Amino acid sequence: MAKATRQAYGEKLGELVVENPKIVVLDADLANATKTNIAQKAAPDRFFDLGIAEADMIGHAAGFAASGYIPFASSFAMFCTGRAWEQVRNSVAYPHLNVKICGTHAGITVGEDGVSHQAIEDIALMRVIPEMEVYVPCDEKETRAVLDYIVKTKKPTYVRLGRASVEDVYESEEIDVTKANILRKGSNIAIFATGVCVQSALEAADKLKEEDIDLTVVDICAIKPCDEEGIVKILEDHELIFTAEEHNIVAGLGGLIAEISTSRCPRRIVRIGVNDQFAESGNYKALMKKYMLDGDGLYKKIRSEL
Amino acid sequence: MNNSELELHARNIRRNIIRQVSNAKCGHPGGSLGAADILTLLFLEIMDITAENANSINRDRFVLSKGHTSPLLYAVLAEKGILPDEELLTFRMINSRLQGHPNMNYTPGVDMSTGSLGQGLAAADGMAIANKLSGNNHRIYCLVGDGESEEGEIWEAAMAAAHYKSDNLCAIIDVNGLQIDGTTDEVIGPNPLDEKFKAFGWHVINVDGHNFDELRAAFKEAAETKGKPTAIVAKTIKGKGVSFMENNVAWHGTAPNEEQTAIALKDLEA
Repeated sequence: MAKATRQAYGEKLGELVVENPKIVVLDADLANATKTNIAQKAAPDRFFDLGIAEADMIGHAAGFAASGYIPFASSFAMFCTGRAWEQVRNSVAYPHLNVKICGTHAGITVGEDGVSHQAIEDIALMRVIPEMEVYVPCDEKETRAVLDYIVKTKKPTYVRLGRASVEDVYESEEIDVTKANILRKGSNIAIFATGVCVQSALEAADKLKEEDIDLTVVDICAIKPCDEEGIVKILEDHELIFTAEEHNIVAGLGGLIAEISTSRCPRRIVRIGVNDQFAESGNYKALMKKYMLDGDGLYKKIRSEL
Repeated sequence: MNNSELELHARNIRRNIIRQVSNAKCGHPGGSLGAADILTLLFLEIMDITAENANSINRDRFVLSKGHTSPLLYAVLAEKGILPDEELLTFRMINSRLQGHPNMNYTPGVDMSTGSLGQGLAAADGMAIANKLSGNNHRIYCLVGDGESEEGEIWEAAMAAAHYKSDNLCAIIDVNGLQIDGTTDEVIGPNPLDEKFKAFGWHVINVDGHNFDELRAAFKEAAETKGKPTAIVAKTIKGKGVSFMENNVAWHGTAPNEEQTAIALKDLEA
C-alpha cells in the first residue's frame, strides 16, 4: 500500500497524543499539510498553532520542553530546519531540550512548489548540530517505528518526512530504526539509501538482478546517531559503495558514509543525490526521473560504474 | 523587603557584576548594571525561587532573553544563595558553570539557555502556555532589551502571547536607549516600544526601572491583569551606579581595567 510518510506521521501522532498526556503538538499554519491536524482533532487542548512564524514555533517548543512536555513541532522541512535553524541550535539543541522537530515536504519530491520549498539541505543542517538526532524513515511502518522510538528518547530530534505517497518497504512496525538495516543481501556492491531513495534502490536492485548483479540494499533511517559499527561491517563486506538520497550530495547521507569510510574502512564511494544544484517545479515522479533518483536512474548510475 | 534593604542588595549585586567582568577581563557590564534594580526586586521579593527549589520547574521562572547580561543574573543568584559568591570569579573561565551567556544545564536557577538575541521571549511564552496547560499558578518573567526588540522573533512571540492570552507571562522591556553601534534611535529606531506592545495586544506599564516602588506596583498590576500578557517598559540608565559607565555605550561589552575597577567599586560602596 502506498502512503506518504507525512500521512503516517500524522496518524501515528494522533494515536500517541491520546496515549501520552505530556505530548503537545505545534504547527505553523500548515496543520492540514503536515497532517498534525489529526492530532489536533484527537487532542485539541494540546494543539498550538503559532501562525506563519517558524522561529517562534521552535522557541515555544523549547519553552514547553523546559516545562516537562514533549513538543512535536511541524512545518515544511525548508522552514523548520532552514528559517528556524538558529533557534533549533541555540534554543533546542544547546540546552538539550526534548523537542521533536518533524519536517514534512522534504526534498525534491515536494514537487510542483519548486525550489523555494524543496529542502535538499535539511539533513546536513540538522546533523551538523551537536546533540541533535536525525531520522529519515522511508515508508509508513518505519515512520511509525521512528515515532515510537523518539517519543521515549528525551533527545532533541529531527525527523525528515515526505509529501508524496511511497510504496511500503516494511511489512511490520517491528523495526530497529537505530540500525543500518540490510533489506537485500548482495555480493560485492552495496547501496546505502535513505527516505524515498530506499524504494528506488530496491527497484534498481531488481533491474540489476536481471543481469545477475546482486546489489546489497541498506536502509539508513538513523542518520544521527548512526549505526557506525553496522555501516563499517557493510563497508568491509563490499568493494564498491553507492549512496542515494533526495538531498544535496553535499553533507547528507553520502557525506556521512564517506566520513565513516575515510576513518574506518576506505572504499570507493559514489554519492548519488541532487548534484549540488537547485532543481525545479514538476511532478515528483518526473523530478525523480530527471534528477536520476528513481529506480531507473539509480540503475543507470550504478551500471555505469561497473 | 523594604527599599533600603533592596538598595543594599542591589549595590552588592552591582559590585559583583564589576568583580566578575573585571576578573574575566571581558563581558557586558553596562546592561547588567542598568537592569540590576529590576532583577534585584524580582528575585528577592517577587519570585518564589529559593536555593532549595532552584533546580525545580515547580516555581516562578525567569528567562534572561538579553543573555549577555549574564553577570547580573549570576550576581542575583549568588545574592539568593543559589550560587556561592566565590564561584562568581570563575565567570567566563574554562571549566566554569558560569558561561559567557547563560546555560540552563550547567547553572542552577537558570531557566533557559540564551545569548542569541530575540529567542528568549518565545521560550518564555512556551513556558507560560505550558503552565496554563498544567493548571499551575507559577508566573513566567522575561527580561528583553530595547535593542533586542529589533529582532523579528520578539514580535512573533509578542503576537503569540497575546493570542494565547498568556496573562501568566510578564516581560520587562529594559529601555536603556543604547546598543553597540550607538543610541537605539540612531541605529534603527525601535521606539515607541510601549505603543508597539500595546498594539500587539499586551497590557503595558511604563516605569522608572530604578524605582522599586514603581516596579513593585507594576509587578503587582501585571499579576492582577487577566486575559493578556503584561509588558513592563522600564526606562533604565545603562551602566547605572558606576559614574564613568552611565549612559556610555563604550561600556556595553568592555571590561574595566584594574584602576577603573577600583573607581567602580568605590562608586558602589555601601
